[in-house]
Amino acid sequence: MKLKTTLNGHVYQFKDIKDVLAKANEPKAADRLQGIAAEDESERVAAKVVLSEMTIGDIVENPTVPYEKDEVTRVNIDGMNKKTYSQMKNTTLGEFREQILRYETTEDDLKRMSRGINGEVAAAVAKLMGAMDLVYAGSKMHVTTRCNTEIGQPGTLSYRLQANSTTDNPETILLGVMEGITYGAGDACLGINPVEDNYESTNRIAQKLYEFMMKNEIPTQLTVLSHITTQMDALKRGTPLSMVFQSIAGTQKANDNFGVSKSLLHEAYQIAFEHGISSGPNLLYFETGQGSEVTINCDEGVDELTLEGRKYGFARYFRPFMLNNVSGFIGPETIYDGKEMLRANLEDHFMGKLLGLPMGMAPCFTNHTPINIDDQQMATMLLALSGANYYMGVPMGDDVMLAYQDTSFHDDAVLRDLTHRTPAPEFHKWMMKKGLMDETGKLTPLAGDASIFL
Amino acid sequence: MNEEQIRQLVAEVIKSIHEQSEAAPEEMKKSGPVIDDGMIPDVREDDYRSYIDIPDAANPEEFLRIKKQTDARIGLGRCGNRYTTKAYLRLLADHAGALDAVMSEAPEHLVEENHLLPVQTLCRDKNEYMSRPDLGRQFSDEMKQKMKDACIKDADVQIILSEGLSSTAMERNTNDLLASLQQGLKLEELSVGTPIYVKYSRVPAMDVITEITHAKVTIMLIGERPGMSTYASLSAYMTYNGYVGIPEAARNVVSNIHAGGINPIEAGAHIASVARKMMEQKASGTDLQLF
Repeated sequence: MKLKTTLNGHVYQFKDIKDVLAKANEPKAADRLQGIAAEDESERVAAKVVLSEMTIGDIVENPTVPYEKDEVTRVNIDGMNKKTYSQMKNTTLGEFREQILRYETTEDDLKRMSRGINGEVAAAVAKLMGAMDLVYAGSKMHVTTRCNTEIGQPGTLSYRLQANSTTDNPETILLGVMEGITYGAGDACLGINPVEDNYESTNRIAQKLYEFMMKNEIPTQLTVLSHITTQMDALKRGTPLSMVFQSIAGTQKANDNFGVSKSLLHEAYQIAFEHGISSGPNLLYFETGQGSEVTINCDEGVDELTLEGRKYGFARYFRPFMLNNVSGFIGPETIYDGKEMLRANLEDHFMGKLLGLPMGMAPCFTNHTPINIDDQQMATMLLALSGANYYMGVPMGDDVMLAYQDTSFHDDAVLRDLTHRTPAPEFHKWMMKKGLMDETGKLTPLAGDASIFL
Repeated sequence: MNEEQIRQLVAEVIKSIHEQSEAAPEEMKKSGPVIDDGMIPDVREDDYRSYIDIPDAANPEEFLRIKKQTDARIGLGRCGNRYTTKAYLRLLADHAGALDAVMSEAPEHLVEENHLLPVQTLCRDKNEYMSRPDLGRQFSDEMKQKMKDACIKDADVQIILSEGLSSTAMERNTNDLLASLQQGLKLEELSVGTPIYVKYSRVPAMDVITEITHAKVTIMLIGERPGMSTYASLSAYMTYNGYVGIPEAARNVVSNIHAGGINPIEAGAHIASVARKMMEQKASGTDLQLF
């Protein structure tokens, strides 16, 4: 393994793999905040050159955070197939990039290779890819999962309907859900973030959504995104939830901060299995985003892209129904502008798909960054080209509770139009039965009026 | 067609285009745009919560009854699958207000007018301030010395002002809030140190200042991260015996200070009464009994 190269008249000597991984990244605010980013473009490219010569084995056997010290590292490595890995470990990352992109490499090939790598390898190869590489490679892979209904089939595009309220008011939440449904959002799930993280709020919102779902026989999933332990408690007390949601991070230190661990996730799965309202087998819902560890000082000196890859290596172990990426949600100290947000989203979608995850994308922004609505819409369209499983649906993209902007019901409808996709099959049939959509996935004039359910 | 014929054809086409443009509507040219004195109303004055923009809605009364309870942009219609022009421009207008509040420079004329000592954190410009929260809580040695030299020490209360994440919040609230706070502290019979303005500040910068001025209660008035409906809101962060590294749970926060929330005059009086309680109980944050 070599850590040195010359480029544009300079000799570049890197400290270790962690240093190479950090410096090979495209510009990201969190890496600059940590002081680990490349100083200039030549150093960035020099790091990419060095990285391209490293093997998959170099990366797997030298994790950025030691195996003994960190549960995320352990799950990443223990989640690999040893036989596949032994066939792949001498492949350099430069060669691996080409294997992924090669026309002859099929989706099945990629799914097999996926078991021979971990999150850090996925991150490493993403650093050697341009925007179109990321979009193209992402588009080669489909991941289908099933909770109550199935999502992710080729030719379909789904949405989480997120109609939050600043006061957990079930009436306005439901009105937003009704409007979103008429636009065809909500086939991935009806998913509400409560303001109050307790059993009462979680149960009140879930009961109201469940009643609406049952009355109208809507084939989808239902989730309330309180803390994992709150949902586990609610499930045991009879609250109707289809799956369990939790944010996860790329280091054990950050997961401790979030109050989550491998054993807790196993327990949550078992509770959803026994008490939930879905037949499964995929009963978990994860959320991730670049930079979350840095803001809580739990980054272990690792760059934000590698940390994101580690989350996916952790997540796949639990076979979630959906994984929601929200790079851009935290703010300018992690993702500074539209260009960084766009790049992060393409990287995340690619890495997640490569690791076999049902990637939902939320290219989004808060109001204290230079990112704007156009940036957000451009990222969304590129991700649609890349084949994300689902997006969010928020009334006009303006989440009044979480105070950030995401994809809207209108955006959701347009994305299906642009990519000629339909909702998840059962949901699509239901939309047609209600007269809201035709067989090609186009909305009828009836769509957009929430009050057809009132 | 030979070359000559092509040349001729091109010449004819060009001529006809010229003739067409010369023959353009004579009257339009003469009159030019007609500008009257009227004003297009502020689009942010429109209360989108009070109506629905859906033709032939199935149940408009019930729709509106529920919609009035939320700021969510529901029932604003569609044009194909896109937003209506009105709803789209309103979305842009709300975001513009928020973004300008964050990205514009602080109204520094207020610093002089209110006799505040101006200092700056390690951030050199707005971009650095946005992306480096660590630098926004530190000062250079020169700045620390400046405060050491100019400030009254060991006062009961130290007041600090910063635009934080909303220069608009500083612009709209500073005069009323400072006047009412200073008046309130006087009534509570608390001594006040030299008020300081910090450019590009994060909340924990107040702890550095406490260590310099040795004030008992430190109050930082700072612009909040803007939302789409409110971008002119300030918060007051308060500590008793603050120090660098103090846990967040040891701060009291009075938030939502703006004309549409707790108005700044009312807020000043309230903050002064909290300062009084801190002095009496020698505590702040979760240890402070407010009632």
